[in-house]
Amino acid sequence: MKNNSTNPGDDLQAIRDIMERSSRFLSLSGLSGIFAGACALAGAAIAWLFILDSGNIRYDEYWHSAGVTHSFSMRNYLILDALLVLAAALLGAAYFSRRKAMKAGTNLWTVSTKRLILHLTIPLFTGGIFILILAYRGNIELVVPAMLIFYGLALVNAGKFTFGEIHYLGLTQIGLGILAAIFTGYGLIFWTAGFGLMHIIYGAVMYLRYERVEDIET
Amino acid sequence: MKNSIANLQKVFESRIRLGIMSALMVNETLTFNELKELLGVTDGNLASHLKALEQQEIIGISKQFIGRKPNTTYKATMHGRYLFRQHLAALEKLIKNR
Repeated sequence: MKNNSTNPGDDLQAIRDIMERSSRFLSLSGLSGIFAGACALAGAAIAWLFILDSGNIRYDEYWHSAGVTHSFSMRNYLILDALLVLAAALLGAAYFSRRKAMKAGTNLWTVSTKRLILHLTIPLFTGGIFILILAYRGNIELVVPAMLIFYGLALVNAGKFTFGEIHYLGLTQIGLGILAAIFTGYGLIFWTAGFGLMHIIYGAVMYLRYERVEDIET
Repeated sequence: MKNSIANLQKVFESRIRLGIMSALMVNETLTFNELKELLGVTDGNLASHLKALEQQEIIGISKQFIGRKPNTTYKATMHGRYLFRQHLAALEKLIKNR
């Protein structure tokens, strides 16, 4: 052992640590999920109360009965609402990830961050275009199922490069998306369950599992 | 026991070289800056270790241009992967035999 200055246990630990840090995005915070879920709940509440008149208007029926010109402003409000939720959720994710990275003393923008974003955006971008085509062709009842399914696929795809919970969150969203496609007309409920509730549940699990201890200590 | 010590690769005794190789085992290619950030070492230090690994054909270097900026990426060679696996197995054996 004369040439081996360090202990083999420490060496193995260092190897494991570097392999993990260089291949997985570990700055993802459960708080991002909780925040995104809260934004989605708020967005759904706004849609239901103000845009859909407390459930008096079922969007897909309205769409089919009213002429396209009449539903134009409603469609725009719903799109604006969804985009605001998306923007708030993304800002939250960036903020909480940065916070977690700073606490851990690591950089946020690393190889694994880029890889995670790349693997997220391919299915998401495809889904976005597909949903625009659906909306353009008037298949409104399939918009929410497609959102959930493509988001779920994106998460399953990206799950390999971050915490394992993301993989299961993705599978849950895919399941909800398929159910939403079967039970059309309950789009807003499935949307709220997937983007609201599930984000909060999985976010809370991740927070309790990986972060709470550190937060109490500091 | 004797055999496992013989399998320990002298080239991986340095923690930095061990780190470079660990990262290149799970990433197809990495740039100089990515390695630097990951390992938290200085330019000069990293460069000298990379050179040593390259000379022993444990890693390969490819130089490309992105626009006008030179971009050097590193990847583990087959030989390097083989040596690293041997080194890992030797380390594990050492721990088990304690």
